[in-house]
Amino acid sequence: MTAREEGAPESGDVGLYRDMLLIRRFEEKAGQLYGMGLVGGFCHLYIGQEAVVTGMEAVAREGDQRITSYRGHGHMLAAGIDPGAIMAELLGRETGASRGKGGSMHMFSPEHGFWGGHGIVGAQVPIGAGIALAEKTRRTNNVTFVYFGDAAADQGQVAETYRLAALLSLPCLFVIENNSYPGPSAAPRGPQLLERARAYGIETAAVDGMDVRAVREAADVAALHVRAGKGPYAIEARTYRYRGHSMADPAKYRTREEASRVRATRDPIESLRERLLGEGAVTEEVLRAIDREVKDIVSAAADAAREAPAPEPEALHLHVTAEA
Amino acid sequence: MATEIRMPALSPAMEEGRLARWFVAEGDAVQEGDVIAEIETDKATLEFEAVAAGRLGKILVPEGTASVKVDTPIALLMAPGDTPAPASPARRAPVAAPRATRNAAMREPGWEAGVHLAPLIVREALRDALTEEMSRDEAVIVIGEEVAAAEGPYRVTQGLLDRFGSARVIDVPVTEAAFAGLGIGAAFAGLRPVVEFMNFSFALQAMDQIVNSAAKTRYMSGGAVSCPIVFRGPNGAAGRVGAQHAQCFAAWMAHVPGLAVAYPYAASDAKGLLKAAIRSDDPVVFLENERLYGRSFDAPELGDHVVPFGQARIWREGADVTLVGYGPAVGTMLEAADALADEGVAAEVIDLRTLRPLDHATVLEGVRKTHRCVTVEEGWPQGGIGEHLAAVIMREAFDWLDAPVACVAGSDVPMPYAETLEALALPRAEDVVEAARRVSYR
Ligand SMILES: Cc1ncc(C[n+]2csc(CCOP(=O)(O)OP(=O)(O)O)c2C)c(N)n1
Ligand SMILES: [Mg+2]
Repeated sequence: MTAREEGAPESGDVGLYRDMLLIRRFEEKAGQLYGMGLVGGFCHLYIGQEAVVTGMEAVAREGDQRITSYRGHGHMLAAGIDPGAIMAELLGRETGASRGKGGSMHMFSPEHGFWGGHGIVGAQVPIGAGIALAEKTRRTNNVTFVYFGDAAADQGQVAETYRLAALLSLPCLFVIENNSYPGPSAAPRGPQLLERARAYGIETAAVDGMDVRAVREAADVAALHVRAGKGPYAIEARTYRYRGHSMADPAKYRTREEASRVRATRDPIESLRERLLGEGAVTEEVLRAIDREVKDIVSAAADAAREAPAPEPEALHLHVTAEA
Repeated sequence: MATEIRMPALSPAMEEGRLARWFVAEGDAVQEGDVIAEIETDKATLEFEAVAAGRLGKILVPEGTASVKVDTPIALLMAPGDTPAPASPARRAPVAAPRATRNAAMREPGWEAGVHLAPLIVREALRDALTEEMSRDEAVIVIGEEVAAAEGPYRVTQGLLDRFGSARVIDVPVTEAAFAGLGIGAAFAGLRPVVEFMNFSFALQAMDQIVNSAAKTRYMSGGAVSCPIVFRGPNGAAGRVGAQHAQCFAAWMAHVPGLAVAYPYAASDAKGLLKAAIRSDDPVVFLENERLYGRSFDAPELGDHVVPFGQARIWREGADVTLVGYGPAVGTMLEAADALADEGVAAEVIDLRTLRPLDHATVLEGVRKTHRCVTVEEGWPQGGIGEHLAAVIMREAFDWLDAPVACVAGSDVPMPYAETLEALALPRAEDVVEAARRVSYR
């Protein structure tokens, strides 16, 4: 969204295309830099899931809040956070979103209403409800988007949060990103994700998370419900993660062919591209210009990150508390 | 111009890996971002992508090659329009000079002279302990995330599902509080569960069960209920995993009466202490470390090697200063002791091995001999094991001390991500040397 505010001319569906493409190209670059040893630790990519956050953010308004897990680069880009700051953080640089202290999993930007970046599975869910509580207390009609995965939905604190959100009628929109594989885990998938929220009296909807227009439509209904003060809402977005769970996961629990098939038939970016061209909403030439623009943004972010300095040793003891 | 594609590093600690598969053949066109190969280490697998478009000119390292050093050229990428390099059968992948001997097997002390020693890897020592104890006692079961079919996030539970079946090797979803409690109930009722946390940071989700239920029930029941359970998994700093996945729980857990706590360094201790933990009738917190899993130590054929809790291990004798620590910090102490020897200072090195019960006697004996003590640990300083030892030494051996005890610990900050800051946050050998000099007034 804010990416458009920052000067990209596209709006509407062409803008959705651009926003998804920015996430795709950014994540590809992050994966490459990881392979080169420039990104360390855990790095979870969002490739394949771009339509979910892009469709949700399409209905976000100024003042809305968002929180997610460790798989959060896409959410940050969709919230309009500078790609350079995200890339620099992946490289552990002073210019990074967390000044090199957080890394891929732990980035924050309160001025964008982005509250992380959480490494502990499920922990962001009650925190998200708390952000919604603050909005409600301040009598805004802002929505707090609380993103989490299908495996996180198994955590006890998620069930506890449903209970509280329903009880306190909190203005939060739970977005369960069901990317089909919780990780290399062989534990079978839990029961219907949305039924659990419904059992607490929360309104729900399921949506094809590979179709950005469908996500936007579902998000619109949900956000209107929340803004109208009718309490929490949960959306299950059925999506697909192309890559391993993290850079260190070969995803051997599924076939390469399956991933290729999804990519060939349901890719969120390719299918929007085809529809836009088919509808005559955009020309090949405009799309090519967008491709170039996005590639340049990502290259510039990576180049700047590589040039940027590491944090000074003095930074080690800064920001532990408000005093230091 | 052909560019060399080089062996990538999956982590800062990686030195070599296996080139498992090529997904492209010589002559194939590749786009930037195409996955071209799969690289494996003992810990992880990475899909390796082309960073530029071109055509694969020559594969220098064939698939299936093991121990390929990081940065070795593995293939040549030709720019579009380039002619392939003439095939030169003589050209072989240069073998990079081995880096420091960090991965060479470390000789463990204390074995009888003449006994045959062979390298033992920590991860395999742990796996052997689990396998042997599960064979020995049907009540032993394993519960955790990805422990069964996936054979463990760090491959410690390798082979267990095949051998013991899904009734005894149980995969669970991301539900730490509940599966810790599940293990505790099963332990009350007569099983001996080994509960794995993917990372001890996730045990925070289950802290209530560990402390309120596992540790206290024998006492609260006036001795009527036992809780023979082991909570195990990687603890403390790894490689740049950040604040929420890298902290040391040794001192936290050792604070709790009713728990036993082990944090082995050497491979033989990993095996012997895990066997003791599984046989214990009380709850045990068994801390491992990701940086140690792949380390190898020279040890004899161990067999049914059981190391009792509460006995420290002396790695090195020395009359001038006592260094005492545990877990990965033992390696730091040994490095420091080498450096001190070069300065003519003979350091004694004590590995506590277990933090509850804690072998105060061995530490006090050392201090009464050397009159100087430096404690070393990777966890936070306030309320740490080092500060506990300093208090005990002051109380019990005050008259023998020639200097105040020095405590070297991890920095008093959440673990930073940046490589440079992470290195500063952990105690280094030079910090230990510096502290040893200080207590020696040198
Ligand atoms: C409390 C906790 N337990 C385990 C983990 C390890 N872990 C990281 S991601 C993950 C799987 C989560 O899957 P899901 O919620 O579906 O999100 P996705 O990664 O698919 O986006 C696990 C088990 C963790 N980070 N925190
Ligand atoms: Mg998932």
